[in-house]
Amino acid sequence: MSERYIARSSAIAARLLEGEMVIMSALDSTLFTLNATATAIWQAADGRTPLREIVHNAIHAQFSEVPGSALQDAETFVEALAQHGILLLSDQPITDATALGASQ
Amino acid sequence: MSRLIDEITARGVRMGLPITVHMDVTYRCNERCDHCYLDHDDHGEMTTAEIKRVLDQLAAAGTFFLVLSGGEVFMRQDFFEILEYARRLQFDVNVKTNAVMIREAEARRLRSLGVRRFQVSIYSDDPAVHDGITRLPGSLQRSLRAMRFLKEQGMYVTLANVLMRQNMHDYAGTQRLAREMGIDFALDPTITPMMDGSTAPLTLRIPTERLQEVYRDASLGPIGSEACGSDDEDVQGNASCSAGHASCYISPYGDVYPCVQFPMPCGNLRHQTFQEIWGDSPQLAELRTIRVRDLPSCSSCGNVGSCSRCPGLAYMEGNMRGPSTADCEKSYARTGHASVNLLAKMNNAATTASPKLVQIQL
Ligand code: SF4
Ligand code: SF4
Repeated sequence: MSERYIARSSAIAARLLEGEMVIMSALDSTLFTLNATATAIWQAADGRTPLREIVHNAIHAQFSEVPGSALQDAETFVEALAQHGILLLSDQPITDATALGASQ
Repeated sequence: MSRLIDEITARGVRMGLPITVHMDVTYRCNERCDHCYLDHDDHGEMTTAEIKRVLDQLAAAGTFFLVLSGGEVFMRQDFFEILEYARRLQFDVNVKTNAVMIREAEARRLRSLGVRRFQVSIYSDDPAVHDGITRLPGSLQRSLRAMRFLKEQGMYVTLANVLMRQNMHDYAGTQRLAREMGIDFALDPTITPMMDGSTAPLTLRIPTERLQEVYRDASLGPIGSEACGSDDEDVQGNASCSAGHASCYISPYGDVYPCVQFPMPCGNLRHQTFQEIWGDSPQLAELRTIRVRDLPSCSSCGNVGSCSRCPGLAYMEGNMRGPSTADCEKSYARTGHASVNLLAKMNNAATTASPKLVQIQL
C-alpha cells in the first residue's frame, strides 16, 4: 500500500482549548472540535511524515496497543477533514508553503 | 448563534477564556454617519507593532474569534499587514467595514488571507437615504459593489442595517436587497450616546410604534442584542451575556472594556499585558460576580424571560446591575408589557433630566 501524507491547510482558524483543537474552515464555515488523538494527528500533519507513522505515534502516545483498525479510522477522519479543506491529503509529500498552517 | 459556537463560548465562560475579542483598529472613518458615537480624530492609535504584540497575547490567552472593526478599518495603511498577522496566528477573522474602499483586487487578497466573514453597514436600499446618513455621495453604490466582490470570492457577507428615524421605513427593501444578493441581513435599532457622553444621537432612535412593528415582524431574525444571547445555561443563567466572561473589546488606544457597548474601563494594553487585565482587573472581577437572579429590578420583572437586557447599556445609564431603559422599551415593543422601570421613566419623563451617562474617556 502506498504512503499517504497530510498537511494542515492555511485556510482555517484553529485554537487549542482544554487539550482539544477547535478548527473553523474559512472556506465553508464548518466548525470542528478534535479529541486528543485527532488533535495529535492534526498537530503532526506536516506534509512530510507518512500518515501511517503519524497515526502510530499519536495513538501510541495514549494507549499501549495500537489497534489494527486505527489507520483505517484515521483515514476516514482525515478524509472528512480534507472534504472541508481543513487538511490536505496526497500520495506525495506536501511541500506547498501555502498549505501549511501553524500547528495551533 | 450556531450550537457549536454557543458551546465554545460556554466553554470560554467555564474556563475564563476570552474566546471572542472585538478590536477597533481605528476610529477614523471616510463616512460621517448621523448616528455614529465615535470621535474620528486620531488621539494616538496603537502602532502596527503594538497591535501585533496584542494579537500575540490574545492568541496565547485562547482567543479564537477576532472581530476587527472601526471607524473604517481600511483607513489604516497597515490593515492588510494586521490581517496577515492575525491570520498567521490562526484567528477566525470577522471584519466590520463600510466596504467602500474594497475593490476586486482587495477582495481577492482578503480571500487569499482566509478572512471568513464581513459585516457591511448598509442603511437603506435607497441611495438618497443611505448616502444621506453616511454623508458620502455614492457610498451605497460603492459598498454594494464591494459586497458583490466579496461574495464572488466565496466569503460570508452580512448586511448590517442600523435602524434610525431617517431609514425606519426602508428596512423591508434593504432586507429584500440582501436576499437578492444571497447574503444575511441583521437589523439593529440600538443607538447609543456619543463617546463624550453627548446624548444627541438618541434623538434618532425610532419611535415606540415603529419599534413594535419591527419586533412583530416574523421575517426578521434576532434583533440587536438579541443576537448576543445564548441558549446555554452557563452563559444565560449566570451571566447577562458573554461580555467580560468570554469576550471583550479593545479600543484603538489599547483600552480594554467588557464590550464595545459596555464602556467600563478595565485596563490599558500599553501599561499591562492582556493576560494581566483579563485575569486581574477589579472591574472585570466585579462584573463576573453579577448573576441574573440577583439583579435588583430585572430579576423580578415579568419580561425577564424574553428580555435581551444589555448590561453595557445599563452601565451607560449609571448602574450595570440595573435595568437598561432601551431594553425595557424593546421588551415593551415585543411583549406589550411595560416594566416598572419603564413606567417610572414614562411617568417622570416630563420632569426628570436625562440619565447621567458614563462614557469612554480618551
Ligand atoms: S454588553 Fe450588550 S452588546 Fe455587549 S455582548 Fe452584552 S448584551 Fe451584547
Ligand atoms: S424589561 Fe427592563 S426591567 Fe425588565 S428585564 Fe428587561 S431591562 Fe430589566
